[in-house]
Amino acid sequence: MSDRRLRMGSVAIADAMIDAGCRFFAGYPMTPFTEVLEHMARRLPEVGGVCMNAESEIEAVGMAWGAAATGTPAATGSTGQGLSLMQESLAEITLARLPLVVLNMARAQGDYWQATRGGGHGDYRHLVLAPGDVAEAVAVVHEAFTLSATWRNPVLVLGDYYLAHTARAVPSNGRAPGATPAAPPSWALTGASGGTGHAKLVSFLGSVKQRDDVGYDLAAHYTACAEHTATMLRAVPARAEVGSTEDAEVVVVAFGTPGGYVRAAVQALRAEGVAVGWVRPITLVPFPAAEVAAAARGAKAVAVYENNTGQMLDDVRLAVLGAAPVEFIGGLSLDSSGFGIAPDLDVAVLAARILDVVERHR
Amino acid sequence: MSDDRAAGTGPGPAAVDTSAPPGAGAHLVDDFTPALVDVGAHHLCPGCGEPIAVRGLVEAIAELGLERSTIAVFGIGCSTAFSNNLDVEVLQALHGRAPSVATGVKRARPDTTVVTVQGDGDMVSEGLQEVLHAAARGERITCVMLNNGVFGETGGHMTATTVLGQRTKTSLDGRDAVAHGRPILLADLVARLEGAAFVARCAVNTAGDVARTRRMLRRALETQRDGLGFSLVEILTMCPTGWFVDTPAAPAYLADHLGAVHGAGVLKDLRAEPPS
Repeated sequence: MSDRRLRMGSVAIADAMIDAGCRFFAGYPMTPFTEVLEHMARRLPEVGGVCMNAESEIEAVGMAWGAAATGTPAATGSTGQGLSLMQESLAEITLARLPLVVLNMARAQGDYWQATRGGGHGDYRHLVLAPGDVAEAVAVVHEAFTLSATWRNPVLVLGDYYLAHTARAVPSNGRAPGATPAAPPSWALTGASGGTGHAKLVSFLGSVKQRDDVGYDLAAHYTACAEHTATMLRAVPARAEVGSTEDAEVVVVAFGTPGGYVRAAVQALRAEGVAVGWVRPITLVPFPAAEVAAAARGAKAVAVYENNTGQMLDDVRLAVLGAAPVEFIGGLSLDSSGFGIAPDLDVAVLAARILDVVERHR
Repeated sequence: MSDDRAAGTGPGPAAVDTSAPPGAGAHLVDDFTPALVDVGAHHLCPGCGEPIAVRGLVEAIAELGLERSTIAVFGIGCSTAFSNNLDVEVLQALHGRAPSVATGVKRARPDTTVVTVQGDGDMVSEGLQEVLHAAARGERITCVMLNNGVFGETGGHMTATTVLGQRTKTSLDGRDAVAHGRPILLADLVARLEGAAFVARCAVNTAGDVARTRRMLRRALETQRDGLGFSLVEILTMCPTGWFVDTPAAPAYLADHLGAVHGAGVLKDLRAEPPS
């Protein structure tokens, strides 16, 4: 008997969050993120969790911040536009060393820079995971909650319209709903340490009370945060799906749903005897630079497909470091809805663009 | 002091004889250090009303025995000076954003006592939407607004509560209704929302007002403790630095300017209403 069920991406992602322990969610509707919020509003109360209809994305991230500070596994999300509104908080939540999972069910792929560089102020980094399909999204969501709790750092899951709205057969819930969340971690606020002389403080300005001085030691706090970020980025393994790159003359790099189309286009070209391969980054931060560099070794050119004007292109160039020319074969492809239903996202169109790169570098 | 008193010959208590060592060491007659203060030092200006208001808040928390359940969510402004020296748990929020953060805390841990501490620039200028929605939702939190009518932290600039005629660095000839708009009377606005269970405005410019402020803070915390809904205490505080007035003149300036416009009193108290 199969344990697989057909589920829409948004539903599978919401279920995965609850299975991963998420007990607080706050959001504001926006296409194509809306169905995640709908499903969390239905499911979270069933397992004793809280889902808030926030009055704006700014309040959504604020509510998630407060819940996260109590040690409650929390998440929020939106599309890129809503994420823009959240950036001030996302920056400071990181400097407050709080775990949080943030979803960006993006329109097209124009939010790569926002996701990987961060649209907020100050020195901070988020871990960024970009699943390629619904089944991988379920695994990635579990990984996001584990990573955010381990590193006390926000983890962004960057999806897209197709991921949110495509139904795929995925394994059903692995964990019984209603499983009791673990006891709150030692740093979490519960109110109980007040009046002890050692009341807890959770602040993006620092969590040390200066008993011999006034104010916060921002230099010490920011330095500690920077060291923590560097350690995290070294320790978290970069991941990518790599295929048929051994003898490839051209390697194509793409992430998210378009990564699957690129894989299909490459496989079609391989069937015709064209020596091409693909790399699909799954972690965008840390970027799988070593995997991209290894795939590019021996290639005559590296091509990058994105449904934007060329953003991940920068990271591919930094990974390849001049070892091969890096060409951009993506571009804006928007229907009138603007939701990222890219008309150009077509295996035949992509295969033609890849073949053009191959022929120009023969 | 007159020569007569210094010599111990005039009216009043006799001068202390310092010709011989005292018979007993000095001892503390009374300790006025408030409870729940971890680090006494702060960097606020002389004459500032905020330390008085924050003292009233922590004393109200201690009097109600809520210190082992309280989480204070601080905004950004002068009052942030108290975010890392109290002996209650503190969560630092952004400018304007404490009510949503406090909502997350309270919804995730309904057994806590959640209080925001924000200035007028924070709560009314930057974050009006946050406090209004929290009140409308009947969020079981207590928001405390320290209202001095200026952005004190930045050096005395106009906020949404600056009263007409008040001079600030960004309204040099005084706030003008046409040029700058009229002030928002937040407590009056919040009191109209059904989710608000206790709304009061008070001040800390006289000893009597300080005592009334503490009573209002207690009432607000009791409202939260009993699960009746949202509570707001707006406290008018002195800011001689931001007002550009002499420190001793600030209490009277408060009464003549902010106090005259914003007023004081309990605007709403569901507990006080007779049963229907």
